[in-house]
Amino acid sequence: MRSKQKVLLLTAGLIGSMILLFGYASPPNTPTLPAEEESLQTGLEAFDKMMAVLTHKRCVNCHPSGDRPRQGEDSHLHNFGVERGPDNHGVAALRCESCHQAENNNFSGVPGAPEWSLAPLKMAWEGLSRIEIARSMLNPANNGGRNLEETVKHLTEHELVLWAWNPGVDSEGNPREKPPVPKDEYIKAVKEWAAAGAPIPEE
Amino acid sequence: MMKISFTINKKPTTVEVDGNTPLLWVVRDVLDLKGTKFGCGKAACGACTLHVDGEAIRSCSYAVKFVEGKEVTTIEGLGNADNLHPVQQAWIEEIVPQCGYCQIGFMMATAAMLEKIPQPTDEDIDNNIVNICRCGTHYRMRKAIHRAAEIKNQSPQNQTS
Repeated sequence: MRSKQKVLLLTAGLIGSMILLFGYASPPNTPTLPAEEESLQTGLEAFDKMMAVLTHKRCVNCHPSGDRPRQGEDSHLHNFGVERGPDNHGVAALRCESCHQAENNNFSGVPGAPEWSLAPLKMAWEGLSRIEIARSMLNPANNGGRNLEETVKHLTEHELVLWAWNPGVDSEGNPREKPPVPKDEYIKAVKEWAAAGAPIPEE
Repeated sequence: MMKISFTINKKPTTVEVDGNTPLLWVVRDVLDLKGTKFGCGKAACGACTLHVDGEAIRSCSYAVKFVEGKEVTTIEGLGNADNLHPVQQAWIEEIVPQCGYCQIGFMMATAAMLEKIPQPTDEDIDNNIVNICRCGTHYRMRKAIHRAAEIKNQSPQNQTS
């Protein structure tokens, strides 16, 4: 081969190598989150969804900070002087079960679900921020000694909790407002939040 | 329609009705016991109060299907002329009723309370007996409740040996 041809061949080879070397390189600066950051982000988004439900009146009306439940769309104090009593189920002749049964009663407008009663005072949510509620929920001293798995089970399977999406009608026949997140999405959010390590934002 | 079996004033009975029928209407219309009254239909007034397994229940808001296998007591079963319940005796002594419509509910609520609180204070009465009386006979009711507690605690089965 003549030297001119050799030079051309070498140059072509060099150019080709350069193309091969750099032509398939990654585009510059595509940001990717590390796996932990992505998981935290998912967890916090799930937290927002979950807390949108748990701070709704359908839940907080029976998680009072005192001895009186609240009721209604305006969360007024429950009529008739109904109160907590020694076991969260009312007093001797005025139990929760005197009026509330295991199902909604759409004739009288009285809501119902299994184990209808007030949440214990340690699970009081009335007046708490969503951060405070979440911290209380994760604290075994407050949540009835539950670990995270048991807390998730309670939040996603207990009939009284899930009643919020089947709250029946009031005594005028008006449907009660449901939480702002559909039930399936809420259940998914609780599980996602737990899977991400139950993160609670700093606020 | 479903068959529901329970005891009513110590008598076994079976009814065949829509399970969601309020117990109030089964008691009044099927079992023909007219003592228990309809007042509001929304568990607000207590005129429909009777006992299920000894607990005060507002029967207008209690589906009859939940009473399967349970003991229901109405005012007719609380006592009778020959054997007055202490609450009935006290109510007579203190001449409590005015129109009388709400009184059955008050008496049943009182009887349920006295089983658990044999010597109620005025505060216990305020917290437990929340039925509505439009005639305003509350003052005599309070006296009768204290009197009923006295009678009950003096009765032979309550005497300690």
